[in-house]
Amino acid sequence: MSNVVSLDSIFGLGQLAPPAVMPAAPETASGCSSSSCGSSDGPADMDPAVWEKVKNHPCYSEEAHHYFARMHVAVAPACNIQCNYCNRKYDCSNESRPGVVSEKLTPDQAIKKILAVAQEIPQLSVIGIAGPGDSLAAAGKNTFATFEMLQKKAPDLKLCLSTNGLALPDHVDTIAQYNIDHVTITINMVDPEVGAQIYPWIFYKHKRWTGLDAAKILHEQQMLGLEMLTSRGILVKVNSVMIPGVNDEHLLEVNKAVKSRGAFLHNIMPLISDPAHGTWFGLNGQRGPTAQELKVVQDACEGGAKLMRHCRQCRADAVGLLGEDRGEEFTADKIEAMGFVEYDDEARRTYREHVESERAGRNASKAAAQADVRESIGFTVDPILIAVATKGGERINEHFGHAKEFQIYEVGPTGAKFVGHRRVDQYCEGGSGDVDTLDGVLAAINDCTAVFVAKIGGCPSKSLADAGIEPVDRFAFDYIEESALAYFKDYAERLGQGVVQSRAGQDAVIRTGALTARRA
Amino acid sequence: MAYKIKSAECTVCGACEAECPNIAISLKKGTYVIDPAKCTECQGQFDSPQCAAVCPADCCVPA
Repeated sequence: MSNVVSLDSIFGLGQLAPPAVMPAAPETASGCSSSSCGSSDGPADMDPAVWEKVKNHPCYSEEAHHYFARMHVAVAPACNIQCNYCNRKYDCSNESRPGVVSEKLTPDQAIKKILAVAQEIPQLSVIGIAGPGDSLAAAGKNTFATFEMLQKKAPDLKLCLSTNGLALPDHVDTIAQYNIDHVTITINMVDPEVGAQIYPWIFYKHKRWTGLDAAKILHEQQMLGLEMLTSRGILVKVNSVMIPGVNDEHLLEVNKAVKSRGAFLHNIMPLISDPAHGTWFGLNGQRGPTAQELKVVQDACEGGAKLMRHCRQCRADAVGLLGEDRGEEFTADKIEAMGFVEYDDEARRTYREHVESERAGRNASKAAAQADVRESIGFTVDPILIAVATKGGERINEHFGHAKEFQIYEVGPTGAKFVGHRRVDQYCEGGSGDVDTLDGVLAAINDCTAVFVAKIGGCPSKSLADAGIEPVDRFAFDYIEESALAYFKDYAERLGQGVVQSRAGQDAVIRTGALTARRA
Repeated sequence: MAYKIKSAECTVCGACEAECPNIAISLKKGTYVIDPAKCTECQGQFDSPQCAAVCPADCCVPA
């Protein structure tokens, strides 16, 4: 069972004693208390009908990703295009990146696995098909066979799929028919000249196309598919792989193009490139972006299609919350050993109700914390980045040494917002810390002013302070955003006194290696 | 006159099986094979053999 505090408190499991101290929500201007406002009615700028669709979807709502889990079933191994960042021959359980799986499943095996996982993980809300090839290649046969069965066997789970878009226009009616509310299209370019540097070939209408022709066809199919989906009210997320020197600046054009066609969310992800992966880019020395390069492009796209920054670029067979992968607990052998698993959504319903009550009043308490910052310091201080050790539930509830990733929040006079995450190697294994690993952690959060943790030892604490990053454990188990705002207020005052220094101009390293979220 | 699949390079993705107009490709003992009796190399059907055109590992070759 996961150690997410909220889960422990409702199911009475886990080792960490969750204090679950709710920060008192101060009265807001409207006099709305946390109990009377009562609903997690979503961000102010979102249509309530859309919020209803995304509030439990970890990939479509940054807020939901703190609470809900997804599961990918690898039923679609065939693909209809070749990308220079993809090599599906390489398959290793220590790898975390799209296009990679350990076990391919038939639709029947997938259903069995889904029912078993759903019993074990009450946070599960979404079943996605993301490959490892393209979910709509080979006529989407396995994809739709899986969804057809799933719709009958586990109706409470949301369905979603992701595709390169080449075959999308042929399948929009079927997608609508199976109530697939969420579709992700990977769109890396809107200019075939750029596309020709990313896609060596496509297979379309019984022919292999190369060069500009290939990129032009792919582009036209992607735009057509996107328009067809959004005109039917299906939410579309666009994924783009940021490839420095190839499409980095071009992604602003992509953002505009997909926004104008109704895309709900734009997810700009860093290229994962390593010669060991055997991809064309990896073998030819194409590098991925740094953390700040990625953030600059993401920030430049703000104001266009809404950006997703919480993507973990997970495997096509990932299971669990976005920061974890529990796939190893559910291999074919283990599923087989579980025998027949009956559909039962009671635990999931209980969990969803619990999340609703956790969320209630959060909008008000965040707004109050923000108003407090603005009144006391105005807009005189630039925003800062804070790294947070969390296991989910929007709380600071992970030990520094146990963190396998840090969530990055930007906090300033306009509020606190999630802007990304950084993978790290777990610093503390078996009770002692490793110095080399600590260097890796420092590099990964080097652009942050502080790191929020539930607990931290003396040694790493000193190393962080020496590197100019303040370790902060006084907000242990509190909500992240409210704590970040309280910290920022204090930071601004200390900055004014000259006690602390700004970390503007620092960069950090994106670690794209394995997400091996082994469970202790 | 037929194509074959170099099994050492095959990723068993099944893209070829879905494209073959002659239903000549099937999964046998964990690997895809082409039935030479059914394979026409797509002559008279398409511009080029469909399995070779779609294969991501370029492992469908003349036998």
